[in-house]
Amino acid sequence: MTRYVLKRLLLLPALLFLFSVTVFAIVQAPPGDFLTTYVATLASSGSSISAEQVEALRREYGLDRPIWVQYLKWMGNLARGHLGLSLEYQRPNAELIGERLLLTIVLALLSFVFTWAVAIPAGIYSAMHPRSPIDYVLTVVNYVGVATPNFMLALVLMWGAFAYLGMSVTGLFSPDFVEAPWSLARVVDLLKHVWLPAVVLGVAGTARLTRVMRANLLDELNKPYVTTARAKGLSEWRLVVRYPARLALNPLVSTIGWYLPALFSGSLIVATVMNLPNIGPLLLRALINQDMYLAGSILLIYCFLTIVGTLISDILLAWLDPRIRFEEG
Amino acid sequence: MTTPLLRVEDLRVHFFLDEGLVRAVDGVSFDVHPGQVVGIVGESGCGKSVTMKAILQIVEPPGRIVGGRILFQPDSGAAVDLTRLSPKGPALRAIRGAEIALIPQEPMAAFSPVHSVGEQIIEALKLHERQWRPSGPRLSRAEARSMTVDLFRSVGISMPEERIDAYSWQLSGGLRQRAMIAMALSCRPRLLIADEPTTAIDVTTQAQILNLLRDLQRRHGTAIVFITHDLGVIAQMARYVVVMYLGRVMEQGAVEEIFHAPKHPYTRALLRSIPSVNVAPRTLLPTIAGSIPHPLGRPRGCPFHPRCPDAIPGVCAERAPALRPVGSTQLASCFLYHRDEAVEP
Amino acid sequence: MSVLAPAVPLTAEERVSVASSWRLIWWRFRKHRLALASALVLIVLYVVVLCPDFFSTQDPEATDARLAFIPIQRLHVFDGFRPSPWVPDVAGRRNPTTLRMEWRVDESRRIPVRFFVTGYPYRLLGVVPTRIHLVGAATRDGRERLYLLGTDRLGRDQWSRLVHGTRTSMTIGLTAVTFSVVLGVLLGGISGYYGGPADAVIQRLIELLQSLPTIPIWLALTAALPRDWSPQQVFFAITVILSLVGWTTLGREVRGRFLTLREEDFVLAAELAGASQGRIIVRHMVPTFLSHIIATSTLAIPAMIINETSLSFLGLGIRPPAISWGVLLQEAQNIQTVALAPWLLVPGAVVIVSVLAFNLVGDGLRDAADPYSQ
Repeated sequence: MTRYVLKRLLLLPALLFLFSVTVFAIVQAPPGDFLTTYVATLASSGSSISAEQVEALRREYGLDRPIWVQYLKWMGNLARGHLGLSLEYQRPNAELIGERLLLTIVLALLSFVFTWAVAIPAGIYSAMHPRSPIDYVLTVVNYVGVATPNFMLALVLMWGAFAYLGMSVTGLFSPDFVEAPWSLARVVDLLKHVWLPAVVLGVAGTARLTRVMRANLLDELNKPYVTTARAKGLSEWRLVVRYPARLALNPLVSTIGWYLPALFSGSLIVATVMNLPNIGPLLLRALINQDMYLAGSILLIYCFLTIVGTLISDILLAWLDPRIRFEEG
Repeated sequence: MTTPLLRVEDLRVHFFLDEGLVRAVDGVSFDVHPGQVVGIVGESGCGKSVTMKAILQIVEPPGRIVGGRILFQPDSGAAVDLTRLSPKGPALRAIRGAEIALIPQEPMAAFSPVHSVGEQIIEALKLHERQWRPSGPRLSRAEARSMTVDLFRSVGISMPEERIDAYSWQLSGGLRQRAMIAMALSCRPRLLIADEPTTAIDVTTQAQILNLLRDLQRRHGTAIVFITHDLGVIAQMARYVVVMYLGRVMEQGAVEEIFHAPKHPYTRALLRSIPSVNVAPRTLLPTIAGSIPHPLGRPRGCPFHPRCPDAIPGVCAERAPALRPVGSTQLASCFLYHRDEAVEP
Repeated sequence: MSVLAPAVPLTAEERVSVASSWRLIWWRFRKHRLALASALVLIVLYVVVLCPDFFSTQDPEATDARLAFIPIQRLHVFDGFRPSPWVPDVAGRRNPTTLRMEWRVDESRRIPVRFFVTGYPYRLLGVVPTRIHLVGAATRDGRERLYLLGTDRLGRDQWSRLVHGTRTSMTIGLTAVTFSVVLGVLLGGISGYYGGPADAVIQRLIELLQSLPTIPIWLALTAALPRDWSPQQVFFAITVILSLVGWTTLGREVRGRFLTLREEDFVLAAELAGASQGRIIVRHMVPTFLSHIIATSTLAIPAMIINETSLSFLGLGIRPPAISWGVLLQEAQNIQTVALAPWLLVPGAVVIVSVLAFNLVGDGLRDAADPYSQ
């Protein structure tokens, strides 16, 4: 197992290299470059810029160089730990991404905690009381939850809060704290706001997880070892939690690997709708404006998070299931 | 006669399926006396395992006990009717594992694959601690562990200190079943239910396990209900035999009587179908005519009548015979032996 | 009736044993009431997809700023006790301060609704020129005022736009999944049947694609589509982008099936009988898991629909003037606007209903196709 993890860790740079090429190719793909869009934006707002100025800028940003040179320049910077400069904001990308990345991760983790804290007990209850009224209610809620795109849920909640409570539920901070430096009060303010997007982001996943947990547990409950444990005299609740629930959880743990990254990605849309200051809207803007180093860096960060997520789930699965732990010595 | 340790009276367990009602156990009665080994024999699907599950009240839905009594005699006081206890309540849980323990059919799947074997035994020890040791200090982990090692040694597991941390899938079939027996015996139960404990094991190991069980039974005086479809095993193990077919008791009695003077046509057919070394070679093994009916299409009257060579026309297909004495210890439910009942009252 | 038909009717048991596997699947599927009802919903939606114009009441592109934000005119089926559908009229009044037209439902005046009325010209199924529409307002002065789902900020009829959006969104789901299935079966099949280096390459490719963060990559890819592409080109590109990741799951599954099937005796028997490789794959192997693939693909469509809707909602998927559910929901991006015109959220409800229907049908199909899998 250790060997397996080590192998994965060794493969990480290779994978990141492949991803960096892919990502760069994608952000390079649109016809024209940042300056083309920049000029177009300026033109639409009525101002203009001379052709010489554009050429000068193009040279300054290195956009006139061959693509592979641009790629190497970007990679060179990355290797030295620099994420490059945002063409649009004229600020280091690291500075732009920094806090937003933190907020993205906080949001995804909270959403993850919500999902598991709700779905696992709900799934266990449903499986222990199949065909009970609560089971039916949960099933209906789950079907609808899975079918609702999370931006739709965000819209409805925002509309409801605005139209009936006169509240605005966008953003992650109260106006006083948006630009404030980090302090305990700001963290508290964040926690006051972050739970709603976290729930919105987690609903579909919660619904899916509840269903899978219920199905897995129902399977496990029929296994002979449950009968053994019951014949031993264990109480029903303790028995279910200790034996079949643990086995039903194992396949779910292996999905954390893709679920966490899916939350990072999914938060992109919710963040745009709810106007959250995380990297989602930043990426969207960078893509539209062809701010390619910024977009590329953000995409690469997403890739990195995805790979790390997969690795975590592999390790977790091995830790939970001795059958896998012993397989590779 | 002593008071029975366990008395099953007219037990009925029905399964309420979407497709219809399955009467898996339909009026089963028998007694188990302290220290006695009772064998329950029958083809698969005859309801023997369900009967055992009913005793512990662990019949899975949609199955339900719909009638009868299961009287269990505790150490002191009056007998308890187990069917009256809530299946999830503490009273019954105190009996499960501590007073009545189960050795399940498939040792492979009967242990949780993600907990070590020792862990699962220690859990049982700690759970019923106050029952097998009413006073004294609380059981420490180290003590529980050393007790488990002793248990392993007593059921003939070599290298018990290492095996205790093994997972069930790391053990051979025989070792697994030994570990299972160790777990069942851990809280010194007075009744052991062994549900086909040797079916999933190869023949040589089977013999070892049977010897072990017989040995342990003699040493501890534990009563055993031994379920099997193998008449040979019954002859080796049991003193008293219950023959079941389609949820009903066909015949029961002391093992010698059942084997030497079977009364019920079903028992006779069953005994005839045992291969024997005394038979001339190349003769066909006698089989029971017909096949077991579908559980949903159980015949009316005596369940065996469509396959019975001695069925009385117009009687056996109409009403089910009751279990009546036919010998000193023997009981049979067959109209051949009490024709007076065959006439409509 | 065939001459060879048996004289005695078959018993239930006999019927089961001679039924084809498809018939068995149908019998099992029939038992799921919800799945059956959902299948009906899907059929209705796809009928709409075939000829959206027939179901429209207005030209979906026709704009008129004066007609902005007309509320929903609720359809009444009975006039008193007489079955005669009607909707209340709407009355507009210019707000003296904002100078904007404000529309109210005027319950006192009724507009009768008639079937098969004449409206804007279109081509039925893209061929037959006609002016007939399923429903429409029958007004004396000839001015049509039937807004079943209200209008948006440009005064476009939302019902008609929704019907047209249905065409795009439902088609994209179906085509993207079809692409995925073709890619998945082809590559998964090669990988599983031939093994060796081809398998290794395809497996690595799948792993690579699966460890990509899907939504950001989709966004980047759609953002890279040239602005001057025609709606058809964009539609096609989006489909390809969506199926690029979608095929991997199916590819893995098909590979697994092929790996186990390769060891099966009936495949060996076919090989010994001299069947060609192509014949073995198409006649012997694929049919064993075809029903499973159909169920899995049905369950994959909802994700495609949600993804398309999300992309278009962000302005990176289907672009106006093409209409899709996501494009319609773009109108609801501003919460103040939604507070003013809550009916702009209706397309979202349609998304949910269709996704729900696909999920229920898919679950029903899966249970019917392999009842022992769960």
